[in-house]
Amino acid sequence: MELSELWFILVGVLFVGFVFLEGFDFGVGMGTKFLAKNDTEKRMLINSIGPFWDANEVWLITAGGAMFAAFPHWYATLFSGYYIPFVVLLLALIARGVAFEFRGKAHSSAWVKTWDWAIFLGSILPPFLLGVLFSSLIKGLPIDENMDMHAGLLDIVNVYTVVGGVAFVLLSYLHGLMFTGLKTEGALRERANRAAQKVYLATGIVIVLFVVLTGIYTDAFANRGAILIPLYIVAVICYLALLPLLRKKKEGLSFATTGLIMVLVTSSFFIALFPNVMISSTDLAYNLTVYNAASGAYSLKVMTIVAATMVPIVLAYTIWSYYIFRKRVTHKEHLEY
Amino acid sequence: MEDLILARIQFASTTLFHFIFVPLSIGLAFIIAIMQTLYVVKKEEIYKKMAQFWGKFFLINFAVGVVTGILQEFQFGMNWSSYSRFVGDVFGAPLAIEALLAFFIESTFIGLWIFGWDKLPKKLHLACIWLVSIGTAISALWILVANSFMQNPLGYVIENGRAEMNDFFAVITNPKVLVAFPHTIFACFATGAFFILGMSAWKLLQKKDIEFFKRSMTVPMIVGLISTLGIAFSGHSQATYLMDAQPMKMAAAEGVWEDTADPAPWTLFAILDTDKKEASARIEIPYALSYLAYGKFSGSVEGMNTLQEKYEKEFGDGNYIPPVKTTFWSFRIMVAAGGLMILLTLIGLIKFWRGKLENSSKYLKWMIPAIFFPFIANFSGWIMSEIGRQPWIVYGLMTTADGISPNVSAGSVLFSLITFSLIYTLLAIAMVYLFVRVFKEGPFKKATDDLHVADPFSEGGVANGAK
Ligand code: HDD
Ligand code: HEM
Ligand code: HEM
Repeated sequence: MELSELWFILVGVLFVGFVFLEGFDFGVGMGTKFLAKNDTEKRMLINSIGPFWDANEVWLITAGGAMFAAFPHWYATLFSGYYIPFVVLLLALIARGVAFEFRGKAHSSAWVKTWDWAIFLGSILPPFLLGVLFSSLIKGLPIDENMDMHAGLLDIVNVYTVVGGVAFVLLSYLHGLMFTGLKTEGALRERANRAAQKVYLATGIVIVLFVVLTGIYTDAFANRGAILIPLYIVAVICYLALLPLLRKKKEGLSFATTGLIMVLVTSSFFIALFPNVMISSTDLAYNLTVYNAASGAYSLKVMTIVAATMVPIVLAYTIWSYYIFRKRVTHKEHLEY
Repeated sequence: MEDLILARIQFASTTLFHFIFVPLSIGLAFIIAIMQTLYVVKKEEIYKKMAQFWGKFFLINFAVGVVTGILQEFQFGMNWSSYSRFVGDVFGAPLAIEALLAFFIESTFIGLWIFGWDKLPKKLHLACIWLVSIGTAISALWILVANSFMQNPLGYVIENGRAEMNDFFAVITNPKVLVAFPHTIFACFATGAFFILGMSAWKLLQKKDIEFFKRSMTVPMIVGLISTLGIAFSGHSQATYLMDAQPMKMAAAEGVWEDTADPAPWTLFAILDTDKKEASARIEIPYALSYLAYGKFSGSVEGMNTLQEKYEKEFGDGNYIPPVKTTFWSFRIMVAAGGLMILLTLIGLIKFWRGKLENSSKYLKWMIPAIFFPFIANFSGWIMSEIGRQPWIVYGLMTTADGISPNVSAGSVLFSLITFSLIYTLLAIAMVYLFVRVFKEGPFKKATDDLHVADPFSEGGVANGAK
C-alpha cells in the first residue's frame, strides 16, 4: 500500500471518529431543546458531555490538519470550494463552543436563553452541513483543470444532499439520546429512551431514502458496490437489532449500535470516493485523487512516523478520561461549573 | 484586487483576535499551575482558592481562544488555497502535529481539570493543569514552526511546482523558531502575570479581600520579572536573526533608506516620509543598532534602497519594501511596552520585599492600565513581524497576492468578514461582561448562589430560581 492510500484511510478514520464522538455531543445539544423539561435537566445534559466535547471537536481539527499535511490539494479545493457552508459551520461551532462555558457563568434568564439557542443551533447545523458536504462530495462538483471548484448554491444544496444532511441530523440525535440514556439518571433517562423509540422510525426511513438516492444520483454502487452493499446490509442489521435493544433498555448496547451505524454510514462516503478525493462533474479527468492530491513521499513518511507514535497515546488518555467520568450525571450533584 | 484586500483584512483581524486570548490562556495556565502546586505542597487552602478564582478567568478566556482557533485552522484553505497548495507539503505537517500533540492534551485535560476537583486525587488533578499548561506551550511551538517557515523557508525543495519537504529536522530547528518561541512564550507568561497583577491591584485599591489579593500577586510578580527579562533577551536575538534572514524588515523597522554609518545608531523617534524616502527629526542612541543587530558595537546596516536594488536583481521588478511606517512604529511600541513592563515588575518586587505593596496606591494604580501593555506589545510584535514580511507570504518564494483562493469571490469574503466580525464583537462583549462579573463576585462568593434550585423538576430551575 502506498503511503498516500494509508493517509486517505487515516483522514477517513479521523472524520469517522469525529462523527462518532461529536455525533452524540450534537445529539445531546439537540436534546437540550427537545428533551429537557427544565433547567436542571439541561444542565445535566450539558454536563454529561462537558468534559468531552472539546476533545471530540479536536478530531475535526486534526482531520483538517491531516488533510492539509497529507493532501494539500484536497484541503485547498475543499475548503475554498465550500466557502460559504464552511463560514456557516464555523459560526455555528463558535457559538456552541463558548455557549457551554458561558451559559452557567451568569444567571439572568435572557443570558441563559441566548446561550441555549446557541447550543441548539450549534448542535443541529453542523451535522446537517456535514451531511450535505459528504453527500455532495460523492455526487461530484464542478472542478476545473486547476483543481479549483466553482460551485453554485444548487451544486451543493439539492434534494440528494439535503436528505444526506437530514440523515446526519437524525442519526446524531438518536446517538445523543443513547448517550443520554447511558449517562444520566431519573426522568431524563426514561424520557431519552422513549424519545429514541419515536425517532427510530424516522431515522430508518430517511436513511433508506438516502441509500436509494445515492443509487440514483451517484456512481457509488457502480464503482464500489462490492463493498458498499455488504456494508449497508450490516447497517440494516444493526438498525433492526436496535429496536429490541431499546425496548429491553440495553443502554450500552444501543449506544454501541447507533455508534456503529454512524461509523458505517460515514465510512461509506470515503469508500465510495476512493481512489478519488474529489469528483469533478465537469470532466472526470479533473478528479482529485489520492495520488495527484497528495504530499510528497518524504512528507508522508514523516507524518506517518509522528502519527504512529502519537495516536496510541492520544487514544489511551482519551479512553482514560471517559473512564474517570464513567458515572451517571444526577440532579443531586454540583452542576454549575 | 478587492478579494485580496478583503482576505487580508479578514486574516489579519481574525488572527489578531485569536491572539488576544492565546497569550492570556498560556500565561494563566502556567501561573495557575504554579498556584495549585503551592496548594498541594503547602496544603494552604488559600492557594486552592487562588487557582479556582483565577481559573474562572482562565476558563472563560480559554473557551474563546479555542473557538477562534478553529476558524484559523480552516482559513488557510478557505482564503489562501493557492498558498495552501504551494506550501501544504511542508506547512501542513506542523499544523497537523500541533493538533495531534497539543490540542488533544489541552482539551482532554482541561475537561478533567474543570470537572475533576472532587473526582480526582489531588496530585493527579494537579497533573491535569500542568498538562494543560504544557499543551498550550507545545501548541505555541508548532504553530511558530509553521509560521517560521513562512518567515524563513528552510528544509524544502521546489518540485512539482510547489515546495516539498526534504528535511524535517531543518523545518523544526529553523533559526527563526529558535528565537521566536522563547520570545513569544515569555510574552505569553508576561501577559498572564500582568493580568493577575493588575486585577489584584484593583481589588487592593478597593480594599477588598486584601490578604487574598496581596498573596495572589507573589507568583505573577516573580513570573513577570523573569519573563519580561526573558522577552528583552530573546527580543534581542530576534533582531539579530532578522538582520541575517530578513534585512529588509529590519531596515523598514529602523526607517533607514540609505545604508547606515558604522557603527549604526538605533532610532528612538523619527518622522518618516515614505514618498521622499527619508526620515527627519531622528533621535538616536549611538551604537545601539549595531549591538541589536550584530551583538557588537560596530557594523553598518543596509538601507531599503540598497536592498530593493538587490531584490530586483534577484526576483525581478516589483516593490519589495513593506509598509515602512507600520513596521517602524509597531517595533517601537513593542519595545517601549517591554521597557515599561520590566520597570514595573522591578518596582513591584522592591515594594513587595519591603512589605509595602498593598499600601503603594500610586504603584497599584499604574498596574491597572498595565494589564494592557502586554496585549499592545503582542499586537505590535505580530504586526511588525507579518507586515514587515510583505509583499511576501512565504519569504522569497511566493507573494501574498499570489496566495489567495482564485475561486472565492470578493462578495463571499465580504460576507464572511462581516459575519465573523459580528460574532467576534458579540463574543468580546459577552466575555468582558463575564470578566466584570467574576471580578465583582470576588473569590469568596457564597457557594449557595449555584444551588438556587428548590425543586429540580420544576420549570425554570436556576434561570428563575436566581430571580
Ligand atoms: C503562540 C501561540 C499561538 C498562535 C500564534 C496561534 N495559536 Fe491557536 N491556540 C493556541 C496558541 C496559538 C493555544 C494556546 O493553544 C490555544 C489558545 C487558547 C486555547 O484555548 O488554545 C489555541 C487554540 C487553537 C485552536 C483550537 C484548539 C482546541 O480546540 O483545543 C486551533 C484550531 C488553533 N488554535 C489554530 C491556530 C492556527 C491555525 C493559528 C495560526 C494562524 C493559530 N492557532 C495561532
Ligand atoms: C497569532 C499571532 C499572529 C498574528 C497576530 C498575525 C498577524 C498577521 C497580520 C496582521 C497579517 C496581515 C499582514 C497583511 O496583510 O499586511 C498576517 C498575515 C498572515 N499571517 Fe499571520 N499572524 C499571526 C500568526 C500567524 C501564524 C502562526 C501563521 C501561520 C502558521 C500566520 C500566517 C499568516 C498568513 C498566511 C498571512 C497572509 C495573509 C495576509 O498577508 O494577510 N500568521 N498575520
Ligand atoms: C523588550 C524589547 C523587545 C524587543 C527588542 C523585541 C524584539 C522583537 C523583534 C525584533 C520581533 C520581530 C521578529 C520578526 O519579525 O521576525 C519581535 C516580535 C514579537 N514580539 Fe517582541 N520585542 C520586545 C518586547 C516585546 C514584548 C514586551 C512583547 C509582549 C509582551 C513582545 C511580543 C512579540 C510578539 C508576540 C512578536 C511576534 C512573534 C514573532 O515574530 O516571533 N515583544 N520582537
